[in-house]
Amino acid sequence: MVHPMLFGNMEIYLIVALCLFALGLYGLISRPGFISMLISVELILNGAGLNFMAFNTFLAPDKTVGATFTLFVMGLAAAEAAICLSIAVAVYRRFRSIIADDISGLKD
Amino acid sequence: MDFTFATEQKFLVLIADIAFVGFIVATLFGGIVAVGARQLIHAVLGLIMSLMGVAGLYVYLGNHFIAAMQILIYVGAVSISMVFAVMLARPPEDAKAKPLMFATKIGSGAVIALFAAFVVGRAVIAHPWVKAATVVKEGTIRQIGENLLTTNVFVFELISLVLLVAITGSVIIAKRGRDNTDQQGGGV
Repeated sequence: MVHPMLFGNMEIYLIVALCLFALGLYGLISRPGFISMLISVELILNGAGLNFMAFNTFLAPDKTVGATFTLFVMGLAAAEAAICLSIAVAVYRRFRSIIADDISGLKD
Repeated sequence: MDFTFATEQKFLVLIADIAFVGFIVATLFGGIVAVGARQLIHAVLGLIMSLMGVAGLYVYLGNHFIAAMQILIYVGAVSISMVFAVMLARPPEDAKAKPLMFATKIGSGAVIALFAAFVVGRAVIAHPWVKAATVVKEGTIRQIGENLLTTNVFVFELISLVLLVAITGSVIIAKRGRDNTDQQGGGV
């Protein structure tokens, strides 16, 4: 019998998902634009999905649950992306900018 | 799913391991490009690369259906609509805006992300993960479909309602902005 060196370990998947989450968190805080922040949120959601699938494959007794949940996360991410992008386009039409710090009409 | 293979498949397992490293590198490099690129369109391309890498990891986890859905939904729908939004709302270069504030943001973002990665990473490595004793369902596409339409049917319908509301709302939001621009007489 042969065991694979890498792709049979759950920790590798979890650490890749953790790296995706950390990259997304960094981008969410440091990037100023709306669309860049949306890209970072997508990275975070992908990390969560990868985590669900890793636990599903290696640990769960009922292996339909993680797949179902990952599908739901994908659907919610699609809905969120549609809303965010339309808000970005509407904000750009009104303010001529999609930098989040520039949209401060209520402050002045 | 157990990850043991016959001895005569040793070479194939080695190739699969190398390809696995390739998918991980694609995921992480794409993620770095997605959060670090100067041009927004490069960030979207990096996101696409990262999503394809994650789809490859789903294949390694033995779930081809989720991998196909990942490519269809994320790469086919979300990324393409992002490209449309990038073209409709032309952003100025991010870095030139306010250099000092940008440096502060990068510093705080790096500190918070590294702290979160350190804490969660220690928990991942230290925790003894316990495998389930018996496997109730193997997770075939048929079982996923039955689960979607029996146990989780309420969530399934709710997701479809959320998607309908989201699509209608995004159309209304984007259309109202266009009407305002036309009234002011400044077309794009």
